[in-house]
Amino acid sequence: MANDVRTVERKPTDTAPRKEEGTPLGDYPLYAAAFFLPPRLTPERVKNNRRYRALDTYRFICWFLLIPLVIYAIFVISPFLQAFYYSLTDWTGYSSDFAFVGLDNYARLLDDSTFWASMRNSLLLLVAAPVVTLGLGLFFAFMLQAGGRHKKNEAISGVRGAKFYKVVYFFPQVISVAIIGVVWAAMYDPITGPLNGILRAAGLGSLAQNWLADPKLALGSVLFVLCWMFIGFYVVLFSAAMGSIPKDIYEAALLDGASRPTTFFRVTLPLIWDTVQTGWIYMGIQALDAFAIVHIMTINKGGPGQSTLVTPVFLYKKAFDVGQAGYATAVGVVLLLVTMVFAAIMMLLSRRERIEY
Amino acid sequence: MSATQSAELTHTAPQTGEHGGTAHEKVPKGQGTEGGVLNVFSNAFLVLWVVMAAGPLVWVMVNSLRDSGAIEGDPFGWPTSLSFENFTNAWSEANIGQYALNSAIVLAGSLPGTMLLGSMAAYVIARYAFPGNRVIYLLFAGGMMFPIILAVVPLFFVMDNFGLLDTRQGLMLAYIAYSLPFTTFFMTAFFRTLPGSVAEAATIDGASHTRTFFQIMLPMAKPGLISIGIFNFLGQWNQFFLPLALNSEHEDRALLTQGLAELSVSQGYEGDWGALFAGLSIAMVPILVVYMVFQRQVQQGLTAGAVK
Repeated sequence: MANDVRTVERKPTDTAPRKEEGTPLGDYPLYAAAFFLPPRLTPERVKNNRRYRALDTYRFICWFLLIPLVIYAIFVISPFLQAFYYSLTDWTGYSSDFAFVGLDNYARLLDDSTFWASMRNSLLLLVAAPVVTLGLGLFFAFMLQAGGRHKKNEAISGVRGAKFYKVVYFFPQVISVAIIGVVWAAMYDPITGPLNGILRAAGLGSLAQNWLADPKLALGSVLFVLCWMFIGFYVVLFSAAMGSIPKDIYEAALLDGASRPTTFFRVTLPLIWDTVQTGWIYMGIQALDAFAIVHIMTINKGGPGQSTLVTPVFLYKKAFDVGQAGYATAVGVVLLLVTMVFAAIMMLLSRRERIEY
Repeated sequence: MSATQSAELTHTAPQTGEHGGTAHEKVPKGQGTEGGVLNVFSNAFLVLWVVMAAGPLVWVMVNSLRDSGAIEGDPFGWPTSLSFENFTNAWSEANIGQYALNSAIVLAGSLPGTMLLGSMAAYVIARYAFPGNRVIYLLFAGGMMFPIILAVVPLFFVMDNFGLLDTRQGLMLAYIAYSLPFTTFFMTAFFRTLPGSVAEAATIDGASHTRTFFQIMLPMAKPGLISIGIFNFLGQWNQFFLPLALNSEHEDRALLTQGLAELSVSQGYEGDWGALFAGLSIAMVPILVVYMVFQRQVQQGLTAGAVK
């Protein structure tokens, strides 16, 4: 029997195998068993079958994908899909009964001024945070890569101590956002905080502010911390992108008498545009989130009043503080929509031909 | 930017550090670039940002050695005497030690789990053709796009139904699940770059698929594993949102990030600034030290990790 199978396999005309050959009907349970057994325990009869290799491969694929896929499906995909469904119900989250209310939650959102206040703050951060962060990131990265004096055989070089700058600028990126929130809450403290301390020491005591308690300043204070957190990251990212631009391009620009701003806008920026674009979307999504620092740093998690309330914090409060889980998931769906629209707009706006070098 | 590009970025990054390391070289005089004033201004700005980036952290560390009463009077003083009382207070009375241990325990389960499961899925997706391969890949890659906050309410009840709410195992599973999309995405790109001939040779020598993976391909993927490992380590260690939503019932099981946020609130009532700053220092100094030792790998790991 086993011999027969091998003979069949050696035939060069075997491209279209006849289905049942070598797999008598009675062997199917054996195959099923083999699928669930490790290779070493596979019955000999199955092992000698010419289709064993395919079975071995598929067994491996299934077993290797099984656990990751199950975990992913239970904890990521299923909650994600459920969210869409719950957003159409009046579920409180406390009890297991709820009614299907259609689009009521979304209609309610339209009239909810607190939601709109949170959306306004989120969109403000979405626009302002990438501008500031990427702008400063590009400036610093260009200084570190090309801001130095020209050395003998180099068309372009970074400033002295560029490596040191890069290490220090990255500090905020490695420490936890929870720590950052607490540290900056202490920095902004009107009495014991160093920010006002510096102003007073510089004789500008009149400029000392109640940073997080003043509704006019609170969102700006949050925005600053958000940018502070990420600038180092973009410096490193853009430096790496700029570093991979060939030196002779800079040499050519230099020979043509390009000044440094010209070099930046005409050479460097177009060549790293892909990275800038990705960074822009990434930073926008980070700004749309901004959950942890608002939750930790601000008065009443989003206050004073609604001055720093961002949409994720609004969602969290609705879900876990006041028991409106269905309504909260509707907020989440809208937030996802905004994220998608933002990413799509950025992709379309900045589409241009990729420059190869 | 595609994954292969970000992988390229990782490989080219080491060169970039070298231009900066030339401070000791002699600069030929009289060859300054145009715009001297601008140059001075720009350099001053670079130095200013050093103060901005490191200043708050240094301020916290200095104050962690000071007396709470002294901090309130003057935010800028130097420690008059080196007392580590704040640290012992934070460690035992404010429970920072316990919180750090909790974080470490959760990470001890979630990090190896993420790396193993992520690599397994990525390896199969990258190197085997089977029906549904593309669908599974997109399923994982798509997970990077959507915000956790949307899923958090249903996730809370999924955890509750499985009896995983407020447990360490539950947090580990959640960390693994939410780290899988990017880990799989990144490792798939990495496994695709590895030469297939080595795996073929192993198969011809009679190694099983499993053995080929663990003994041949996984060791070959070490650079990728290090990058994504650093990314996941920092991401999971610094995670604030998932523990807040899924692990806030028992105070003694709180993680470090939760404990610090809590300490910040209670400090407002008790005025124990010293303990707060000591707690912050305990949480950030080890990470900063590790970062400074491995700064190149950390920077590469995080930047390669973030550019999707």
